[in-house]
Amino acid sequence: MQVPAPFDYERATSVDHAIGLLARLGPTARLVAGGHSLLPMMKLRLAHYEYLIDINDLHGVLGYVEVEPTQIRIGAMTRHRELLESPELRRSFPIFHEAERVIADPLVRNRGTIGGSLCQADPSEDLSAVCTTLDASCLIRGPDGDRAVGMADFYRGPYETAVGAAEMLIEIRFPLRPNGSSAYEKVGRRAGDWAVVSCGAAVWMEQGVITDARVGLAAVGPNTTGIPAISHALRGRPPSEEAYAEAGVLAAQHCTPVTDQRGSAKYKRHLATELTRRALRRAVARIDATPDNLRAG
Amino acid sequence: MQITMMVNGEQVSRDVEGRLLLVHFLRDHLGLTGTHWGCDTSNCGACAVWLDGEPVKSCTVLAAMAGGHEVRTIEGLEQFGELDPIQRAFMHCHGLQCGFCTPGMLMTTRALLDSNPNPTEEEIREAISGQVCRCTGYATIVRSVQWASAEQAGRRTVTDDTSP
Repeated sequence: MQVPAPFDYERATSVDHAIGLLARLGPTARLVAGGHSLLPMMKLRLAHYEYLIDINDLHGVLGYVEVEPTQIRIGAMTRHRELLESPELRRSFPIFHEAERVIADPLVRNRGTIGGSLCQADPSEDLSAVCTTLDASCLIRGPDGDRAVGMADFYRGPYETAVGAAEMLIEIRFPLRPNGSSAYEKVGRRAGDWAVVSCGAAVWMEQGVITDARVGLAAVGPNTTGIPAISHALRGRPPSEEAYAEAGVLAAQHCTPVTDQRGSAKYKRHLATELTRRALRRAVARIDATPDNLRAG
Repeated sequence: MQITMMVNGEQVSRDVEGRLLLVHFLRDHLGLTGTHWGCDTSNCGACAVWLDGEPVKSCTVLAAMAGGHEVRTIEGLEQFGELDPIQRAFMHCHGLQCGFCTPGMLMTTRALLDSNPNPTEEEIREAISGQVCRCTGYATIVRSVQWASAEQAGRRTVTDDTSP
């Protein structure tokens, strides 16, 4: 029977209450949202905390997808199912819908949250790759106020983030830019499993030329892997199979997969190449298929 | 710690450890052993129950987290002494053999039919993709959900009744 080691359970009734509890209880306290990554790790004794602070009551204030003219703001307690089912999010960022369809399973998606996924910082976590691809920034609140951290600085290593002991991830912000689209590719061993490799791509174009392109990979490094070299290589070029192939080669060069039960490092590099090509190809095809007056993001 | 919640429409209150999982609370503290305790790793879905109307895996929810909320288990599926259409469908279409996954399958597919009364085969398979059945190969489970869907809509015919 797997149960976590003993801990004290607290329930936060507001964001300030949660941060106050974290400040008072210190680094042996941890916030728990959906709990679908944290509780399994605690059962396996890979993680131990003296206090768990349940923040599910904050879903009312931190569960939202707000579309503004220049950005989309997503509350940290927004659950996977809500992200999957949000028509606004799907319209602006198709990558979200595609990634959410292959994250765990519907029951897990009923509980798991975007904030919990990012803070867990599992190297194979899909939403981290989505946020990296879309150049998201994370709003972190602590006793001294708010600060915003880009995805490149948010991760400090496997299971480590920039969120301090008395801080809390509040919101994730996604810049909206015109004439762009996105796509997500994932190879897993079976339904609902962690990725062998996942790849997100977002592309923006003007008059037949790529103005910007971003690629984010999961499961091929200590954290989600953004590959600026691909952005440099694609900017200013018209989209082509040659360009996608070049990006795929760059993806394989710039990632650091390890051999494990999900596959060899060599196979994962092959997947990084191929999935980068596929995701870029589909993102561009989506821009072409979008009527001018509906283009966003 | 003291927790209070609604389980199958009745208020229950117990003194529990913070680390107690909802599945053990239901089985060991309330005696509701219809909810099965399977893989312990949120993979198999045998422990699925409803939390505030949505199916969740009760091996990965703390009992304390359900405090103040509504839980519905397989014991709460029949209404007024009548089996739910999805229960009759699983009987009729042989949606089970050993029965271990069945409580979870029933809770998940009941929720599916509530939100989508006429699901496609793909939608049914997606809905149960977080649940493992080692007996049926899923074919008869899918057929059961289709039977219940038709039953509820009054679309079932006499022919369906004799050849599932």
